[in-house]
Amino acid sequence: MANVSIHDFHGGLILDDHKALSTQHPIAPVYLPKTLVVPLQQHIGQIAEPCVKVGDHVLKGQLIAKASEYVSANIHAPSSGTVTSIDEQPIAHPSGLNALCISIECDGKDTWTNLPEAIGDWETTEPQLLRDRLRQSGIVGLGGAVFPTAVKTNTQNKPVDTLILNASECEPYITCDDMLMRTDPEKIMTGAKILQHIVGAKKILIGIEENKPQAIKALRNAINHTDIEIVVVPNKYPSGGEKQLIHLLTGIEVPSQGLPIDVGILCQNVGTCVAVADAILEGKPFIDRVVTLTGDALAKPQNVRALIGTSIHELIEHHSGFAKACQRTLMGGPMMGFSLPDIDRPIAKGSNCILSLHEVEPTQEPQPCIRCGECVKVCPALLLPQQLYWYAKSHNFDQAQDHHLFDCIECGCCAHVCPSKIPLVQYYRFAKTEIWASEREKQQSDLARRRHEFRDARLARLEAERKARLRKKKEVLESKPKATGDDPKKAAIEAAMKRVAAKKAAQAAEDKPS
Amino acid sequence: MSAMISSPHQHDSNSVQRIMATVLLALIPGITALVWLLGNGVIINLGIAIVSALLSEWVFLRFRGRNPVSAVSDFSAVLTAVLLALALPPLMPAWQVALGTIFAIVVGKQLFGGIGNNPFNPAMLGYALLLISFPASMSQWIQPQSAASNLDIAQAWQLAVDGVMPAAMAWDSMTGATPLSEVREGLLQHNMLSELHPDGSWSALMSSGWAWVALAYLAGGAFLILKGIMSWRIPLSLLASVTVVSGLLWLIDSNQFASPLFHLLSGAVMLGAFFIATDPVSASTTPKGQLIFGALIGLFIVIIRTWGGYPDAVAFSVLLLNMAAPTIDYYTQPRVFGGER
Amino acid sequence: MLSGIITLTALSLIFGLLLGYSAIRFRVEGDPIADQIDALLPQTQCGQCSYAGCRPYAEAIANGEAEINRCPPGGEVTMIALAELLGRDPMPLEDEEAAAKPKAVAIIIEKDCIGCTLCIQACPVDAILGAAKQMHTVIEAECTGCELCIPPCPVECIDMVPIKDTTDTWRWPLPNQNSAEVSHG
Repeated sequence: MANVSIHDFHGGLILDDHKALSTQHPIAPVYLPKTLVVPLQQHIGQIAEPCVKVGDHVLKGQLIAKASEYVSANIHAPSSGTVTSIDEQPIAHPSGLNALCISIECDGKDTWTNLPEAIGDWETTEPQLLRDRLRQSGIVGLGGAVFPTAVKTNTQNKPVDTLILNASECEPYITCDDMLMRTDPEKIMTGAKILQHIVGAKKILIGIEENKPQAIKALRNAINHTDIEIVVVPNKYPSGGEKQLIHLLTGIEVPSQGLPIDVGILCQNVGTCVAVADAILEGKPFIDRVVTLTGDALAKPQNVRALIGTSIHELIEHHSGFAKACQRTLMGGPMMGFSLPDIDRPIAKGSNCILSLHEVEPTQEPQPCIRCGECVKVCPALLLPQQLYWYAKSHNFDQAQDHHLFDCIECGCCAHVCPSKIPLVQYYRFAKTEIWASEREKQQSDLARRRHEFRDARLARLEAERKARLRKKKEVLESKPKATGDDPKKAAIEAAMKRVAAKKAAQAAEDKPS
Repeated sequence: MSAMISSPHQHDSNSVQRIMATVLLALIPGITALVWLLGNGVIINLGIAIVSALLSEWVFLRFRGRNPVSAVSDFSAVLTAVLLALALPPLMPAWQVALGTIFAIVVGKQLFGGIGNNPFNPAMLGYALLLISFPASMSQWIQPQSAASNLDIAQAWQLAVDGVMPAAMAWDSMTGATPLSEVREGLLQHNMLSELHPDGSWSALMSSGWAWVALAYLAGGAFLILKGIMSWRIPLSLLASVTVVSGLLWLIDSNQFASPLFHLLSGAVMLGAFFIATDPVSASTTPKGQLIFGALIGLFIVIIRTWGGYPDAVAFSVLLLNMAAPTIDYYTQPRVFGGER
Repeated sequence: MLSGIITLTALSLIFGLLLGYSAIRFRVEGDPIADQIDALLPQTQCGQCSYAGCRPYAEAIANGEAEINRCPPGGEVTMIALAELLGRDPMPLEDEEAAAKPKAVAIIIEKDCIGCTLCIQACPVDAILGAAKQMHTVIEAECTGCELCIPPCPVECIDMVPIKDTTDTWRWPLPNQNSAEVSHG
């Protein structure tokens, strides 16, 4: 089957994958909690705008927030119930800040709303209509980037040669895609075919790591088309990075500031394929996903299907419970996930894994960088992490950008091998957010300057108009005496009267602008 | 809010201390060979250098208000001291050894901000200071395998620290030229190499014993490269450059210019290639840059040895290239993934 | 000696010509310095530097009349940028307290507003909407936080409210630093 050769990428690490911890049980069915807190920003792009009010009764799958711009996504009620509030709630975000959410008190009945019609004949349907359905269903990329799929699949007539399914799941501990592939391989294939039709790809490649033998077997059995091929890649982190996977399967390097579409490739996660199949074949909006609950603190680590908006705390308590005290909870994996200050936060569209760790590495004081170059050896983006570190630390953001700071995919390989235990990725994130903040400030200050200059111009214009008016009045008054009689006394009186009138006019004109 | 913890949340078990300790381990063959050749004076030098290095680093870190324990326990000061001590003539006055080491640690490293911030190789900075300030003691190498090298520890200590000569010995009878300085002096006096070394330079080297020391350093260096602690780029380009440049000269006139093998196995070329030029903090950091860095050091070593004012040139070549390293790095940035080819 | 004089004179002539030629041939048309300085200032137009806006302050710096440390909204970042542009030494900010104040926007308490238009006239960027005897309101996106509208208001109905971080604007702190200290940078 594998007549596609692998083109290895530079760097990367071979890590203990800890996958067996959470693959002992099948995917647990959906748990219906009492409350759902649905964040309005679960995607890249503009925040969705609520289209329900507090007190409204909503049905399962009903639209509760609309995509506000082109790059945005719809949000649907994960279960039926009453909207109790639309306000700021704690969400799962590295900052720990709150964000706008719609809170729903579930009525327990889980009643579905009227779903849009199934598009059974999708093979002959216009891609635009299919994209509209994806947009309507609020589907976003489930590999972690949560980019709206309707936007990503709008290739704007750029040719797509290959559709790549990202089944690699390279980060340790995470197994949600693995279990999904074992359970629902046919749906993945259908979803892939639908996507292939939408973007007009000539062939489909599925990139999967070799540490998932059961999933590989399940996918192989589900293939019934000749233009889908499964390519097994070595177990190296981060082979699931979009650019790295594309290089592995095709040898093509996506241009540094470009997108895969620029080289005729589109990459989608297998979870996204399932959501696409559901949306097209059943009209189902995106309201639940498979989440891996894992870590040595849990009593029963496993994969579960969870409704968007379910509290992590409730999810763990219901499915597993704690066996040991949890020292640190991560949303995501150990290499790229972020730590949560507490677990009373909701599952969002991009929540692929909750890692509850009992044993955590002791925090070590970072030592100075000795420029050993270990980081350069492992960077998959071929960067110079030690230079980026020096520049980020000294706030030299221009040099950092010259050294391709924004090509960093924040995979964490560099910090993993650093003998001085420097938190390198945090420095790069710091530099990136500072640069974005200063760009925003520059835009603000440019706007303020323009407004100020316009105001100065406006006031100057008003002043000039006032002066012009005065001048005109003076001219009018001065031109009148030539028309009157030649009686000198009358002329003197009239001249005096004109002077007074002119004075009054000037006084009146001065009072006006204020 | 508690301090942010960023990903990644797991790390491998590498550490600065482990790297330094492995490098020290790799120096053991070289140290053993040198002690065999030149006696206990080497051990005295090592002892004095290590103690002065640790003390001066500790004191200076306290002075800077930093935690001395974590900084001193990473063995980097010990490594600097060992490299400097191996480059110095044994039985040199102890106070000079201490001075050089203290200069290396304080001026060469701490004044620039501590480990990771020094633009120059600290050991070579100390060596340069001693060479320029005490040219007499620095050129007074004792004869290998002679009475001088057979002094026991107590006698060596007395000589180095107190300046007390052992009975019935004098400096004149103890010292002798190293192969490098011998060749240099000879060439300056317009002798031909064929006269100096009737049996060829190779056997002159081997019989003096210095070649064994160089080979011991080579073994240690190869161990470090195989272990993955050190990149092969700087040592290989340095040795290749020395071979090529000296080879060209030797082909032009083998009586005026020493053979590549002679250059490779004499003086501090092996020590320099594997342990000194590879100091990561002061060397070039980009892969291509490291090749250029090593090659230029090799070129300068041969040039200074042949036409310059000192018999051995490793220290000055390394210092020169330390100055050039940031520029080399700037112009040899690797192509980013997805960048234009 | 004569040959020495002739040689040196000839050399200086040659190098002088070279320099003159380079000055003309390689001349760079750049912005006048006041424009470059103005581009670095935050355009709050608040007058805390004791000049009537950012442009007058920029011109004063260009003329050497003002020091580079007088802009509190710009803070240390602006001062360092100016120092780099002009080749001057960085210096401590004149008003550290004002610089440390978090960025804020003005909000009009609408129930107290009497429609006098005094704040509208005071705003240097026309960020207040309203007319005589009509409700006034601040366009939040345009407000620079200069606080020039507060003194003229006869009923003191304008408040300065600090801008809160959202998940969009939040910045990663440097390691070993509390994120709360950084977000109001």
